[in-house]
Amino acid sequence: MRKQLVSFAILIGLLCAVPPIAYWLDDPFLLSLASRCLILASAAVATNLIMGYGGLISLGHAVFIGIGGYVVGIASHHAFNDGMTWLSNGLLQLVAVLLLSVLVALFVGLVSLRTKGIYFLMITLAIGQMFYLAAVGAYDYGGDDGITVFAKSRFLGQALSGHYLIYWVSAAYLTASMFLVARLSSSRFGLVLRSAKVNEARTRAMGYEPFRVRLVAFTVAGVIAGGAGFLMANHAGFVSPAMLHWTRSGDLIVMVVLGGLGSVFGPLAGTVAFLALEEVLSGITEYWAIPVGAILIAVALYTPQGVMGLLSRRRNHG
Amino acid sequence: MVDPILSVEGLNKRFGGLAATDNVSLSVPPGTLHAIIGPNGAGKSTLIAQLMGALRPDSGRIVFQGEDVTALATPARVRLGIARSYQVTSLCPDFSVLENVLLASQLRDGGWLSFWRPAITYPRSRSRAMEELSKVGLADRSDRLAGELSHGEQRQLEVAMALASDPVLMLLDEPLAGLGRDEADGMVSLLHSLKGHVTMLLIEHDMEAVFALADCVSVLSFGRIIASGTVNDIRKDPNVRDAYLGTEGDAHA
Repeated sequence: MRKQLVSFAILIGLLCAVPPIAYWLDDPFLLSLASRCLILASAAVATNLIMGYGGLISLGHAVFIGIGGYVVGIASHHAFNDGMTWLSNGLLQLVAVLLLSVLVALFVGLVSLRTKGIYFLMITLAIGQMFYLAAVGAYDYGGDDGITVFAKSRFLGQALSGHYLIYWVSAAYLTASMFLVARLSSSRFGLVLRSAKVNEARTRAMGYEPFRVRLVAFTVAGVIAGGAGFLMANHAGFVSPAMLHWTRSGDLIVMVVLGGLGSVFGPLAGTVAFLALEEVLSGITEYWAIPVGAILIAVALYTPQGVMGLLSRRRNHG
Repeated sequence: MVDPILSVEGLNKRFGGLAATDNVSLSVPPGTLHAIIGPNGAGKSTLIAQLMGALRPDSGRIVFQGEDVTALATPARVRLGIARSYQVTSLCPDFSVLENVLLASQLRDGGWLSFWRPAITYPRSRSRAMEELSKVGLADRSDRLAGELSHGEQRQLEVAMALASDPVLMLLDEPLAGLGRDEADGMVSLLHSLKGHVTMLLIEHDMEAVFALADCVSVLSFGRIIASGTVNDIRKDPNVRDAYLGTEGDAHA
């Protein structure tokens, strides 16, 4: 427990070091890249809750990013085109994101959590694509082209824009969601969730209904990812159906696996690794996904605990 | 006559043409240990699975403390006071020994709807878990990961977990499987110490253990109870000697 608090202190220290470095290098792109990384990482944190701790591999989790994003996008559309500026109210938008994420998570969860393994994967994939196609078909909101977010979310008159502000908000959101998941994982709920992943029959024989526990986890993960989508829309200034395509859910899974399943800091480590690989390899070859795939296979075979596993192994050996 | 804790009436379960449970009836009075023996494939595990609610019988009734539980799901039966241990050790290897037991003990102390406070910081479930661990002799191992325990210790942990939900009835599926002689003796004396406090249904291959512990023994063969009675009755029963004890007796001779 104390060790974890120390890790969080180090994390906060590192997060605080980025803006001064960006300022000193006079490189706002660096800060923007960092923000994107932190926002994606918080979506990966959500994925890790259901996948790393709950053993549920969902190919539809990007739906929740889409929900968060489209709330901002649609609000901006009406605020900008129809003069409904009250829709830019950030708190109002967050309430909408919360409610919609919970509702959709309950719906998807009720349908999909009765199944396991490949069936769960296929159902979440199907539902995810349903939402994707709905976004593509929403011609009023740009259809395939998406929506440019002209009217950013506003809090007490302050728009959520500017590299530094977005960065700090994203950093705070990531830290908070990581801390939340860390607490959840060691709570009573977390014990049952993790136990159901290892041995479902045993968990039932101890008097628990894994379905209910997983439904709670799925809903919490949906809300966290919804918040990430809200930030993503404000950061990128743009939302499109691509946000909720199943390949984005796949990216989240890759990030979590790269970082280390079921570890508190794994999703961040995995996201950094994923974006760094993408950045470096896409400069070398257009087919950057191929080496990323090879690395993923190597991780799965040789270090199932991901980047965090490598780090802790090194620490243990001195 | 005292009302039985568990009574099974005419239980049947078929898998295709195979009668895994064939008209099984039995009754377990409170505080006693009822052993079920029988060769491999006799249907012992299938019977436990039905008692626990993991399998649904084709016909028959399971009555627990006067209540018909035949249609209840596993978690509901656990809440009424039935617990089981597993033949194949099925712990969470990445959990500490204490956390494994807490999983069971927290059920009776508020349940799982707690999201922020670490599970190990609840004093009541923790002390109950520690109590069960000391009963089975694992109190000094509570911080270890369950996966690091020896096979014998893992079997003890299984029993501690079954005990931690504070059951009225424990279904023990071969708790002595794979134990060395000393460890087996330890387990037998542990189960002996529980007699009178918890009602137990014991499935076991180890005849010495069964004869030392059981108040009543039922012999299962091809899903059917071919004999039922005290240890002495069973020892003398010629059918049982043919079906089962004969070979065992030779092996021990």
